[in-house]
Amino acid sequence: MLTSNPYAAISGSLPEGFMKWYIALMIVSVIVGTLWDVIHKGSAKYFFANLGKKAPREVSGGEVVAIAIKTGLIDVATSKEFCTQSRRFAHLLTMYGFILYLVTTILMVFSYPTAATPAPDLVLTLWWVGALMVCVGGYWFWFFIRVDVAAEGGSPFRLMKADLFVLSLIASNTLALIWALAGGGVGVIFWLYLLAHTVLFVGVPWSKFAHMFFKPAAAFEKRISEANGSNENLPFETRDDPEQQKRHSMELLQNAPMNMGLGIKREAPRHY
Amino acid sequence: MPTFVYMTRCDGCGHCVDICPSDIMHIDKTYRRAYNIEPNMCWECYSCVKACPQHAIDVRGYADFAPLGHSVRVHRDEQKGTIAWRIKFRNGTEKNFLSPITTKPWGQCIPKLADVPAPTKEQRDSQLLFSEPKYIRLDEGDIHTLKAAGLKLRKGVSY
Repeated sequence: MLTSNPYAAISGSLPEGFMKWYIALMIVSVIVGTLWDVIHKGSAKYFFANLGKKAPREVSGGEVVAIAIKTGLIDVATSKEFCTQSRRFAHLLTMYGFILYLVTTILMVFSYPTAATPAPDLVLTLWWVGALMVCVGGYWFWFFIRVDVAAEGGSPFRLMKADLFVLSLIASNTLALIWALAGGGVGVIFWLYLLAHTVLFVGVPWSKFAHMFFKPAAAFEKRISEANGSNENLPFETRDDPEQQKRHSMELLQNAPMNMGLGIKREAPRHY
Repeated sequence: MPTFVYMTRCDGCGHCVDICPSDIMHIDKTYRRAYNIEPNMCWECYSCVKACPQHAIDVRGYADFAPLGHSVRVHRDEQKGTIAWRIKFRNGTEKNFLSPITTKPWGQCIPKLADVPAPTKEQRDSQLLFSEPKYIRLDEGDIHTLKAAGLKLRKGVSY
């Protein structure tokens, strides 16, 4: 089961290249959907307007490259923005699971489409691992971490527009696993599997799918604003600066430890 | 001067919803991000602005007295026990403030009420509240008066 390519099992039942065309179509719809979202929300316009704003300091080209690398390594690869560790872990599971699932699916469909071209065990195993990771992270988020469930006590089964992305992602990977467990082939589960994927990739303008492009851009913009001194108008004084320690207002903290521990973050925000 | 949320910064953690004394910070049903459901009822207390770990909440001044170009932003650094304000006036003036919000590590000076012995029947029937008379210093020989302290009230204004 773990070593059989479910996409090879459909090669005889559907026109040749069906899955290849389907994947190509989905890639195009993600690109078109994201572009439409960018134009509709005007996000790119504001992104570049912010970058072009007058700042106290000029950021050199080398610094921009370093910031871009830092954004990729810290903000994107480790989902730094999440302040709740469980959310961060669930997000990482889902993100890396989805990447694994996507890459291995493309490999299996384009490089090993028939039984005559068996896929390597590593690719097959990673496909399973990826889909399982999406399911674990997705269901964890869906039933326990979602803010309206965890904090507002709402039912996990109450659906709203904001759930379109998460639900279609979980549904597509769950159906992929069920379909592969059933041995692949073309049947009801296969068409449901395709439907869930179509909703996931075609629904980009109405779902938060495009956050995977917007969030890195926002993190990059934030780091640039810190580097150029504008800091989004946020204060930059900190207590560990020896100059600031001389302030009259810092008199009471002269003997205090530099790490006072956690304040309101000692408890999860679920008191409303 | 009601608050508003930068949607691209917000990660929907719920700290602002938790802390809002007016209960007007809610999670949006479409984007699952925080938003102010009733700006007219905002107290402008800045609690949500200070609590937001992403600095995703800002306060918009009314256009009649805070026209374009001003900015009042805050960073509450709990780890260091400070709060910093950066005030930008529209004429270019900028003021920066840094103040303590605690002088002792968080959570160390919370009274452990569970460890305090339960009040006796006499204490329950008494007019004194918990920790009285000690914390109002009535156990140090009745009420502290000028006379008891050997002081006199002088007539007129003196410096």
